Amino acid sequence: MLTKEQIAQRIAQELQDGYYVNLGIGIPTLVANYVPTGINVTLQSENGLLGMGPFPTEDEIDADLINAGKQTVTTLAGSVFFDSATSFAMIRSGRVDLTVLGAMEVNDKGDIANWKIPGKMVKGMGGAMDLVASAQNIIVAMQHTNRSGDSKLLSSLSLPVTGLGCVKKIVTNLCVIDITSRGFELKELAPGVSVEDVQNATEGKLVVEGVIPEIQF
Amino acid sequence: MNKVVKNADEAIHGIQDGMTIMLGGFGLCGIPENSISSLVKAGIKDLTCISNNAGVDDFGIGLMLQAKLVKKMISSYVGENAEFERQLLSGELEVELLPQGTLAERCRAAGSGIPAFYTPAGYGTEIAEGKETREFGGKQFIMEKAFESDFAIVKAWKGDTDGNLIFKATARNFNPMMAMAGKITIAEVEELVEPGELDPNFIHTPSIFVNRIFQGVDYEKRIEQRTISNKQ
Repeated sequence: MLTKEQIAQRIAQELQDGYYVNLGIGIPTLVANYVPTGINVTLQSENGLLGMGPFPTEDEIDADLINAGKQTVTTLAGSVFFDSATSFAMIRSGRVDLTVLGAMEVNDKGDIANWKIPGKMVKGMGGAMDLVASAQNIIVAMQHTNRSGDSKLLSSLSLPVTGLGCVKKIVTNLCVIDITSRGFELKELAPGVSVEDVQNATEGKLVVEGVIPEIQF
Repeated sequence: MNKVVKNADEAIHGIQDGMTIMLGGFGLCGIPENSISSLVKAGIKDLTCISNNAGVDDFGIGLMLQAKLVKKMISSYVGENAEFERQLLSGELEVELLPQGTLAERCRAAGSGIPAFYTPAGYGTEIAEGKETREFGGKQFIMEKAFESDFAIVKAWKGDTDGNLIFKATARNFNPMMAMAGKITIAEVEELVEPGELDPNFIHTPSIFVNRIFQGVDYEKRIEQRTISNKQ
């Protein structure tokens, strides 16, 4: 099984030099800690910052400089600020190369639900609907099952949808899955996890072909 | 024409019960703190507020919620506010949630003479219910309309007495689009200077969009998530 940090570390292997990347809140944020050596990526924060730097030191803190999670951050050489309309122009026009998001549910057609649980307080979708509607490449980082042990990889969503047919890859604590026209294609297994474990935790259509390799770090 | 007003109390003159107002800011970053205080003091009720977030319990738009001035919020994300949740669940408060990019573009359209536009955000979701959809190039889009708002209240870093504005860092966010979108736009700034003191190459909002301007006082600039790194 993978820890949250290892899920982030595996997703970081998907980064390519020159990528513009938008990282969601939670596990996706951790991806920034594992950018491979020799690869330069530029982080976009949808509240209006391209080239997001690390958290500030006590002396560097600036209340006017935050990320989309409302955390204090810093700039880097080459960073740029812009307004919210320009920010979503970047996103909708497909210039963000990779978006990493968390999810409550994903189905085997790549539909994602991550903004609303009926009957519970609805906080809102923030930028998630814009991102999933337009991103070229979306990777979901999440636990394979929810707290009650139910699968989050389904044949059809039970929760309100955020976007249709948009998720290409999922990295969970159990495995790496690609979503293709055939369904959830199992690509890699976490150490100590069997194909049967993944099958038992996946409600949607799982496609297993050949010997599935173990995730390498 | 003199656009300079003395303070927030004077700036909000004309905002009445039941009006629709835009308030700039993302979280607590770049919010018009002085004007919010004056709205609370004036007790203007039944407001429809267009703002990305709804503040926290005791700061930002949260102060207006506490005073029960808000009838409806139009936002993209409204977490971090217990009073908001209480009023929503009790039916005192109405909320309309929109994708963040749609919220921004509806402001921009309002300030650009564009009545509506098509966006892919929200297609196939409950956000699209009741909205016109249309296909372009094999992809589905939903039609979103420009906002209509009586007043827009924005916060800038520097401004001149003509109304030109410069924003700082990520405190820019929704402020420039909202500045363009109000029937009457109020700008509060940290530093108000004479015309000619701001470099025309680096002005974000041209003066033509701003009707009233004043230098604010006592900015608290509260931080929601104070995150520190230990790097040397």
